Amino acid sequence: MQQAPSSTNLAIETRMLGKTFGSKVAVRALTLEVFRGEVFGFLGPNGAGKSTSIKMMLGLIAPTRGQALVLGSPAGEVSVRRKIGFLPEHFRFYEWLTAEELLRVHGRLYGMSKPKLGQSIPGLLNEVGLWPHRDKRVRDFSKGMMQRLGLAQALLNEPDLIFLDEPTSGLDPAGRKMVRDIIKAQRDRGATVFLNSHLLGEVEATCDRVGFIKDGEVVETRRLGALIEGEVTVSIRAGNLSPETLAMLAQRVSSLKTNGDGVTFYIPSMDALPDIVRFLVGKSVDLYEVTPQRLSLEDIFLRIVGADGGL
Amino acid sequence: MGTRVMAGVTFREAARKKVLWMAFIAGAGFLAVFGTGMHFQATGLHVSNQAVRHQILNTSVILGLYAGDLLTILMTILIAADTVSGEIVSGTIHAIATKPITRRQILLGKWLGFMGMLTVYIFFLLGGVALLGYVIGGATVEHFWRGLGLVWLESILLLNVTLVCGTAFSTLASGVIVLGMHGVAFLGGWIEQIGAATHTQGAVNVGIVASVLMPSEALWRRAAFEMQSPLASVLNISPLGTFSVPSRIMIVYALIYLLVALGLALRRFRLRDL
Repeated sequence: MQQAPSSTNLAIETRMLGKTFGSKVAVRALTLEVFRGEVFGFLGPNGAGKSTSIKMMLGLIAPTRGQALVLGSPAGEVSVRRKIGFLPEHFRFYEWLTAEELLRVHGRLYGMSKPKLGQSIPGLLNEVGLWPHRDKRVRDFSKGMMQRLGLAQALLNEPDLIFLDEPTSGLDPAGRKMVRDIIKAQRDRGATVFLNSHLLGEVEATCDRVGFIKDGEVVETRRLGALIEGEVTVSIRAGNLSPETLAMLAQRVSSLKTNGDGVTFYIPSMDALPDIVRFLVGKSVDLYEVTPQRLSLEDIFLRIVGADGGL
Repeated sequence: MGTRVMAGVTFREAARKKVLWMAFIAGAGFLAVFGTGMHFQATGLHVSNQAVRHQILNTSVILGLYAGDLLTILMTILIAADTVSGEIVSGTIHAIATKPITRRQILLGKWLGFMGMLTVYIFFLLGGVALLGYVIGGATVEHFWRGLGLVWLESILLLNVTLVCGTAFSTLASGVIVLGMHGVAFLGGWIEQIGAATHTQGAVNVGIVASVLMPSEALWRRAAFEMQSPLASVLNISPLGTFSVPSRIMIVYALIYLLVALGLALRRFRLRDL
């Protein structure tokens, strides 16, 4: 059951948020609501405006129009940033620091006390699997290790809202599982996670809701569980399909396509299938094969965004 | 708190830059050459008049300070040119600017870190020259602290201009622009000196305009004037510019220029997209 949006239960709220660089429109009109305590997946093709949108929500980029509220305050306010964690897509920091020193610097930027940091840092380094490397300089870290360290600094202040921009980039399967576990643990703690990832499997495994962005606009926002369990694509091989029957079928289903002696279409749930079959039999259609298939997130992504969305 | 953290991390970052250590090594080499030269000059100088002897050795020290000043200028520009633009390109700034500190605190912290490092460097280099001049040649520098303060101001002025450029241009472009601006000031300063020596007002005006555009060299010339011996001041016999001495108004102008540059850097950094 989707919550009714209100300023108190929204972690992120953007209204017609837009950014133009010269003549290039990076984000057209982003309207989005992310609820507190949920894991939200932000999906879209390359160049759709995902990174720019995240940067506007974090106050790194000033929008040219619209507004963004983060945890109830205008995006970028210093008091809000105290409650936010952010893992950039390519986390970089001064390479001469050791892993532990790096977290200490970030902790001090959060205004955390030395005793608090002394308690938090070992646990976090352990959680991301870097405790044995705590005294190693960052310059000697692999990309995956750097990503793990970036994740640790994003969690240092026990944030209410965590932005993760491609968190599994450069990580091996064990590292990806670690990220999934951390995201689940953060949700269980009550934090909101805003996840931008190209790996739809990761999104499918961790997110409660997803928003699809295309050409700088959110084109669809849906609950993931209902989406995956509900919508079904149906392929039918049949004979004696008259144009009139096809026209009537098109009114009962969505995205109907004909293909030789077959048709494919979407229905909102498996429960709708028997009625469709009864309708076709009633119209004297010769049914040879009916194949229902639940949609994967990738199917949905391609359907909404399009196969060449990023080109 | 944020400013202090950024100042500390910037100081340590600057201290780990190869260019800084190269500058210290070059400075140490420079001091070794200067000390050796001063030794031979002091022992080989057979002048019975002590005032003339002091004048010659003081001029040598001023030349040493001038070379030290040039090294400081280069070091200032090289270590500060990529602190903003480089961190934007690498993405380092994203992890910093999303923390609960203002952009003003970030840039002021960086400024403080570099300022601390430059202060150490100026003490090392120019203090070293003055010390070697005194210990080896017995040469004293007039108004040393006043002169050192002006060189420090020159370095901070260049630091601030470099930070302004860093908020708008790439690292390479910032370095080229600031070096170019100082080049204009340097050339203008010499044209002004020659103009004053030959009583050519047009040439003097060129120098003044160059100093208005970039008052860094004017600060050095005032420092040189302050540090030279009284005899050189009276007789106009120093090779480093006492024919046309930058006025106190020019020093105040440089101070305002320096503060405006810092304000501009803070404003640009606050408003720019990262």
